[in-house]
Amino acid sequence: MTQTGTRFPAMLANLNTLLSRYGESMMWLARYMERIENLARILEVTEAFVRNPDGSPGWDSILQINSDEERYAALYALPATEENILAFYITESTNPTSIRAMAHMVRENARSARPLISTEMWMQLNIFTQSMMELSTPDIRRNGLSGLCNRIKQDCQTHFGVTEGTLYRDQAWLFYLLGKYLERSDQITRLIDIRYHTLLPGGEISGSQMDLTQWGSVLRSAAAYHAFRRLQPVTTTPANVVGFLLKNEGFPRSLMLNLRQVENTLNALSTHYNLRHQCGPLQERIINLRATLEDQTAEDIISRGLHEYMTYIQDELGALQAKVSVTFWPIAPVMTRQTAVSSQ
Amino acid sequence: MNKPVLQSPDPSATSLSALAPAKAAAGIFAAYDTPDFFCELMRRTDDIPPALRTVRDRLAGFDLSELRHRTSTAETQLYRLGITFTVYSDREAIDRILPFDMIPRVLTAPEWDHIDRGVQQRVKTLNLFLRDIYHERHVLRDGIIPASLVLGNPNYCEAMVGVRVPGDVYVHINGTDLIRDSSGRFMVLEDNARTPSGVSYVIENRHMMLRLMPDLASGMPLRSVEEYGLKLHQTLCEVAPEGVTDPQVVLFSPGIYNSAYFEHVFLAREMGVPLVEGQDLIVENHRVYMRTVAGLRPVHAIYRRLNDEYLDPLAFNPDSMLGVPGLVEAYRRGNVTLANALGTGVADDKAVYAYMPRLIRYYLGEDPILDSVQTHICAEPEGLAYTLANMDKLVVKPVGESGGYGLLIGSQATQTELDEFRAKLLEDPSNYISQPVIDLSVSPTLCPSGVEARHVDLRPFALTGKNTWVLPGGLSRVALRKGSLVVNSSQGGGSKDTWVMAR
Repeated sequence: MTQTGTRFPAMLANLNTLLSRYGESMMWLARYMERIENLARILEVTEAFVRNPDGSPGWDSILQINSDEERYAALYALPATEENILAFYITESTNPTSIRAMAHMVRENARSARPLISTEMWMQLNIFTQSMMELSTPDIRRNGLSGLCNRIKQDCQTHFGVTEGTLYRDQAWLFYLLGKYLERSDQITRLIDIRYHTLLPGGEISGSQMDLTQWGSVLRSAAAYHAFRRLQPVTTTPANVVGFLLKNEGFPRSLMLNLRQVENTLNALSTHYNLRHQCGPLQERIINLRATLEDQTAEDIISRGLHEYMTYIQDELGALQAKVSVTFWPIAPVMTRQTAVSSQ
Repeated sequence: MNKPVLQSPDPSATSLSALAPAKAAAGIFAAYDTPDFFCELMRRTDDIPPALRTVRDRLAGFDLSELRHRTSTAETQLYRLGITFTVYSDREAIDRILPFDMIPRVLTAPEWDHIDRGVQQRVKTLNLFLRDIYHERHVLRDGIIPASLVLGNPNYCEAMVGVRVPGDVYVHINGTDLIRDSSGRFMVLEDNARTPSGVSYVIENRHMMLRLMPDLASGMPLRSVEEYGLKLHQTLCEVAPEGVTDPQVVLFSPGIYNSAYFEHVFLAREMGVPLVEGQDLIVENHRVYMRTVAGLRPVHAIYRRLNDEYLDPLAFNPDSMLGVPGLVEAYRRGNVTLANALGTGVADDKAVYAYMPRLIRYYLGEDPILDSVQTHICAEPEGLAYTLANMDKLVVKPVGESGGYGLLIGSQATQTELDEFRAKLLEDPSNYISQPVIDLSVSPTLCPSGVEARHVDLRPFALTGKNTWVLPGGLSRVALRKGSLVVNSSQGGGSKDTWVMAR
């Protein structure tokens, strides 16, 4: 490494000055905000619509979606009760998948990327994360779970709107999008996997008694209910629901749409920012992954093993995230807490 | 923004009867009273300048409850915008705002001209002094300042000996703490030539003022503070290593856990340069690079907001997790510029402060434009004798300490305390200086019980590249507790917008 800035035209040098750490922070900022919104939606839908065979709310299924059974069991007794689940997922700061812990991560990433993000973004995130970190059990009781979850969803959506409207479009924006689309892809596979198997434990497609409320709840958990209704006014079959959530090209949370967006984002990074070399292997991976989805119908996927396919997608997305990390921020940042090093 | 405790007022100070009290002002100033101090707004030795009269009269017409309402709006906004400093308790990080007082501190054009010239003179001297002590050391050989005071100073930096820095500039960013005595005379309390902070509040306070008090500022000939970021970037480009035509500037911050992180973000954004932490920088072949998504990119000028000892674990504190190994050697070879330079702490030291008037005369052949607080150097026999004879009237300070530690305020000490301090002083006289107590000026400030007089100081910021430029105004800090002389943000200090009148 002997080149100096003077050997390159100024334009090119400026194009490539996004710090690795900023790229990482932007990506995780988007992922955590997306995760918080999803969790709020799932909590709300579970309370209202998701039922165990005995008619009680299916709180356990949230633990399965997030692969949190072990962590939960270490803190609370099973089977899960409403009170404990809400504590675990909303206020428990030692649980990294709780809203409080995720809000903390959002805050740290936003603070780290603060020189880049707009003042409006910072201000909204500052207020939002502060209020999430101060949430207490009485707050939940006072507002009702549904009221609280709606507020959280709206705050997340406000964030996405403010970001869309104010964040300068450069590499930072693209890393932000990459995080958002990867997170949505991952979330939808988890939701489908768990809910499908809770509703159809044997995996049988035909002949089973359809519980429309329960299948509606699967769609509602992904904010997909009315979109699905417009497309399928008559026939709600498990395969139709799975097909919609995985393959629909117009639904903003479908796996297909989000894999395409990941691909588009990588294309933009590659062509607009002279990162061909870095993006090539990532683009190849995502194209291959998308092909596996295009080449199968929902029925194919179900009959070959929905769970296996969802696991495969999750593994591939995890591998992609890891590859993004080693490509763009090869050295893991050390978050050290040190203060008072300058005292004037 | 820690600074020493300011001196306590001396009850036996000269009476102010010679000064004409201002005509009683009505409205919110009806009960305003400034017994023994110079008031920045009301009481001047001469007639009140027209600009100040306008401010006073407009303010007088405000309703107290309206002012309070605007204040709480301002504070909510500051909090939401994250214009905060972070205080750490055992478990949590708490964001605090610097309390903001809506009544501005106003400086007239002639007052500012005086300060501007005085600060420039001081910065010039600091730079000449630093160049000299790290090279020829004429000042030591000529006996202007004791060699032991300089070479034995904990902030003296051996690594800087013989190292040439671009333009011979060491102190690129300087903050000069000024106070005003009972006659309204400006005096330098101390120089901050290492990593002075607070400039972000100067600019944010102005924004807040214009948003919330447009009716007060309307039509006033205020000098703008908007230029600071551009000027800072320009300054850093001017002192980049020779031969670099399009220098990459970065701001080097200790990171999100530093209490001044907001200011680092603010300045990086204003300059349009990356804010880097130690982990973002790497030194290869004695050149500095930053890690970007496209690989390593060269860095030419670093505005560092870390103290010397944290910069490079190879050169200084080996335990520092914040620094960049090899940075100091890259700097010594002239491949990167650090602002401020290493080893500037020796120049803003308390004992060196005592010699500043002599240094100004020595290097520039001029009389100091800004007065210093009269300082008795206990290392010198006459200084020690005077200090011992007048201990009960003086403030005695250890030279190596900052933050107001270990000092004696004679007028407030008991006989036992005086005796104990006398023993300490005699044990190591060269570790002490003494100064008379100064009556700090006051400014009308919105307090729970109405508008009252509170003590203020002023920190103007000077940038030096090819030339020196002083940001019009500076940070006015105000001690919000009645009678308090401590303007520290950590001890109940707040801030005011500082208005410099263009005419």
